[in-house]
Amino acid sequence: MYNFFDQLILTLGAWVVGLVVACGNGVSKFCCGQPLSEAAAHNVAAGTEIVLICVTIYGVFALCFGLATWLERKMLARIQNRYGPNRVGPFGLFQFVADGVKMLTKEDIVPARADKLVHFLAPAVVLAPALLMFAFLPFGRNMAPTNLDTAVIAFFAVGAGSEMALFMAGWGSRNKYSILGAMRAVAQMISYEIPLVLAAVPVVMVVGSLSTSQIVAAQGADGFLDMSRWFVWTPWGFAGFILFLVAATAESNRCPFDLPEGESELVAGFHVEYSGFKFALFFMAEYIGMMAMAGLGVTLFLGGWHGPKLLPSWMWFMGKGFLIVCWLIWLRGTLPRLRVDQLMAFAWKAMLPFALFNIFTTAVWFHLPKATLLQSAVAWLVTAALVAAAYWVVSRFVCRRAGALRVYHYAS
Amino acid sequence: MLGNGMIQGLLVTARNLLRSYFDPECLTTIQYPEERRTLPENSRCFPFLVYDGTPDNLRCVACKICEQECPPQCIYIEVERDAKTGKPVRRPRVFDIDYSVCMQCQICAEVCPFDAIKMDQIYELSGTDRFGGMLMNKGALLKSNEYYHQMHPTEANEVDARLSQSKKKASPPAAKPAAAPITLQSAPPPRPTPSAPPSPSVPPTPPVPPKSDV
Ligand code: SF4
Ligand code: SF4
Repeated sequence: MYNFFDQLILTLGAWVVGLVVACGNGVSKFCCGQPLSEAAAHNVAAGTEIVLICVTIYGVFALCFGLATWLERKMLARIQNRYGPNRVGPFGLFQFVADGVKMLTKEDIVPARADKLVHFLAPAVVLAPALLMFAFLPFGRNMAPTNLDTAVIAFFAVGAGSEMALFMAGWGSRNKYSILGAMRAVAQMISYEIPLVLAAVPVVMVVGSLSTSQIVAAQGADGFLDMSRWFVWTPWGFAGFILFLVAATAESNRCPFDLPEGESELVAGFHVEYSGFKFALFFMAEYIGMMAMAGLGVTLFLGGWHGPKLLPSWMWFMGKGFLIVCWLIWLRGTLPRLRVDQLMAFAWKAMLPFALFNIFTTAVWFHLPKATLLQSAVAWLVTAALVAAAYWVVSRFVCRRAGALRVYHYAS
Repeated sequence: MLGNGMIQGLLVTARNLLRSYFDPECLTTIQYPEERRTLPENSRCFPFLVYDGTPDNLRCVACKICEQECPPQCIYIEVERDAKTGKPVRRPRVFDIDYSVCMQCQICAEVCPFDAIKMDQIYELSGTDRFGGMLMNKGALLKSNEYYHQMHPTEANEVDARLSQSKKKASPPAAKPAAAPITLQSAPPPRPTPSAPPSPSVPPTPPVPPKSDV
């Protein structure tokens, strides 16, 4: 029973592939009088599989995007003691459908002096990397769309593509707010890419592979006790996870790092000049990128699709990703936006040294003997002390100076 | 320690998030078209004309003071004339207020010496016609004194007391002002009582518990 649900999606996929191949055979018999050759049948099957994977990922995550916007609005509303959307469908669940229809029917405005081609292409270009990132995540048992040996690197490389799209949007609109927003976006995303990658390095060091499937495989089996093998329970893994979360928030341009679209100072930043469905595409790219980041966080630190055999593996993956998305929403409802100098100082003066030191801690962990339980405990304590000390130093000396309180001469 | 303030903030928001589900009291929004907030007694919106008993018996005497005082000039009054003699009678033939121009300042109600124009509490007004849609004519503006009482009970009671007092005082020599012809625009209209202040502005009233319905 468990296996049936665990592999449900794969079974359905195989059924569709079989159906397509059978249809192909039938058509071929009708036209040429003989069934498809072995090679042709194989090609048809492979092609169908690719299309199916794409359609499933797009479909599932487009739906998730819709639900995430609903969830975000609901949670933010409740944090602010409001009701949130509650008119369309039960609990306002279909609000995103109404929003989508509204966006689709809106006028598409292109500024007269915009760079038309760049302005037109940017929304498509911004969505592509966000969707492509899912190609490298294993969603469940036997459910990795690709099995790349360098999946982690590829993930970051693809993700970096969205910077160019944001800059295209800002540049193409020929608007000073958009160009400012785009500049901020590029500066911020490049700065935070470094701690993001450095936060992932310890996992790669310990697993000894860049393949996401192997990283997941290294984090245990499906028992309750095996949950302890998730990397987040080790000191370096915990520190890495926190670093990763912060950097991922900045990478997906979310509050408190949403300076590129800071409404109060830049109207809407790089997408000021976008309306209608092009605007919706930016919105979608932000959310889908956020979910991809959450997926990578789950893969690297939270044991991927592993979990006790109460739920199918893909549900574990989605559930953990959902928790990270909830965390990001909670954070958005809590923190105000940073200043640009604080943002940069935090990336370069606090996160970068801490991430580098975390790599060192991982090396210590790697070389400490962990054969017996006692030795493991000692290794755990030693690395925990190292991480705590580094955190203390960073917060005491680096952040104090970076975020020094401003003295107001007249107001206070 | 770095992150202390953040954790405190996260706790505050989490508490609000959860509390809003268990304690509906803290939700500050109401579901507007289904639920309505009871308006405070002194809330006001657009002006209307008060009548006593039947709509024919309106208090306004078409003195045009409000028309002149209204800052955005959104009141338009024409005096009714006797069909035979052509002399003005003391009532408006046309009384229009353009609600799309009115800024709800209550000056008309302040200056009216006859307590004939008061402030309404309706706020759900919308129209599809941009230019004439909010132009209210006399028929639309006329509302009963009972309605006024329902809406602003304290103020209405004071107004009633004042009016009945002035009627008592004015009744012995009533014949004179009533008979005196009113010339348009020239002479100020006769005051109901010389002693009564021209402005029927209501003295500050102690806070009243909000009314149950409108
Ligand atoms: S001031 Fe009063 S009585 Fe005079 S026209 Fe205006 S509403 Fe009528
Ligand atoms: S409330 Fe003010 S603006 Fe409106 S009609 Fe009266 S005097 Fe004019």
